[in-house]
Amino acid sequence: MPKVIAPRDPKEWSLFTAGHTACAGCGQSLGARLVLNAAGPRTILVNATGCLEVFTTRFPSSAWRVPWLHSLFENASAVGSGVEAALKALGKADDVNVIVQGGDGGTADIGFGSLSGMFERGHNILYVCYDNEAYMNTGIQRSGLTPFAASTTTSPVGSEVLGNTTGKKDLPAIAVAHGVPYVATTTVAYPKDLEKKVKKALSIKGPKYIQILVPCPLGWGHDTALTIRLARLAVQSGIFPVIEVENGKLTSVMRIARKVPVDEYLKPQARFRHLFTPAGREELARVQALADANIERFGLLGARAG
Amino acid sequence: MKFYPGVPAMPGTSLDNHTGNWRTQKPVFDHAKCTACELCEQYCPEPCILVADDGKFDVDLDYCKGCGICAEVCPFDAIKMVLELK
Repeated sequence: MPKVIAPRDPKEWSLFTAGHTACAGCGQSLGARLVLNAAGPRTILVNATGCLEVFTTRFPSSAWRVPWLHSLFENASAVGSGVEAALKALGKADDVNVIVQGGDGGTADIGFGSLSGMFERGHNILYVCYDNEAYMNTGIQRSGLTPFAASTTTSPVGSEVLGNTTGKKDLPAIAVAHGVPYVATTTVAYPKDLEKKVKKALSIKGPKYIQILVPCPLGWGHDTALTIRLARLAVQSGIFPVIEVENGKLTSVMRIARKVPVDEYLKPQARFRHLFTPAGREELARVQALADANIERFGLLGARAG
Repeated sequence: MKFYPGVPAMPGTSLDNHTGNWRTQKPVFDHAKCTACELCEQYCPEPCILVADDGKFDVDLDYCKGCGICAEVCPFDAIKMVLELK
């Protein structure tokens, strides 16, 4: 007997509202909605420039039901630090969450200096990086978090080079090196894991960092319906390890129940199309080696310890 | 759409943008197959999945962009994407 539940409408319950102008199938809009609804209404959001800022606040409308600020690409963490300091001065720091959010470009490249300063000064802020692996808003340019062999408009495929020649910057490890008390990664394919990590992060005092893999149908060149499946395959193939690091110690990893070859993750994406030509065979083997190295490094396979 | 002098944007006013006209395909929900597992609601990027009066899930076509994620994640095959002819 199917269960029957009371009528409800996201127009009433969601703090992130529909009518934003993200592309169909956008992983980032899903990620932002999950983060905000997990954080609750007593939250102040500071946004770096990027897709998220542009599609949620098309003048004169806003998709946010909480206070939301945007200043520039490079200073989101600095603005967030100021908001937190002001709350402290007003004696309201304990019951208001400050969340700074940005894309991978705003986090790993342009806003990296101010993010590092925010970590170092120890502000009580959660930083959320929506990682879609390139500058999608400005036309799919390569960023510091673009993975190896991905084709973007600034790392195109030609006769000499097959896509991006460098690997993904290990941003979670950089955050851990700052002595940040809580660092985690997750993807939009696991909403319960995402919500749990946001709530856990907000319960901890000090700077926190969460990186969320959000597939982008436009930049990755996949069918809009496959957003969730690709986010899941990125984890199951070992390409994107989902981990949790508390006070410098790896405390949990999402284990892979059935290991998937990277082909399954790469094939639906146009940015990796060249890996399935005779010329790309070597690169494909290198991507598989990178995934295997992740599995080895974090112990993603095998029985749970303890 | 309402303008508020001196205020950049009021909260939640994106609901004024009816993005449903972007769509080429629309999800059709089979209420007999729906078990109200909530997966479509959880994964909708808008969010525009609602619970209808009979307690089964349905879509708000004012905002649905027709991405097809709900049909893809539905484990009971209760959602079909169909070409919308206007």
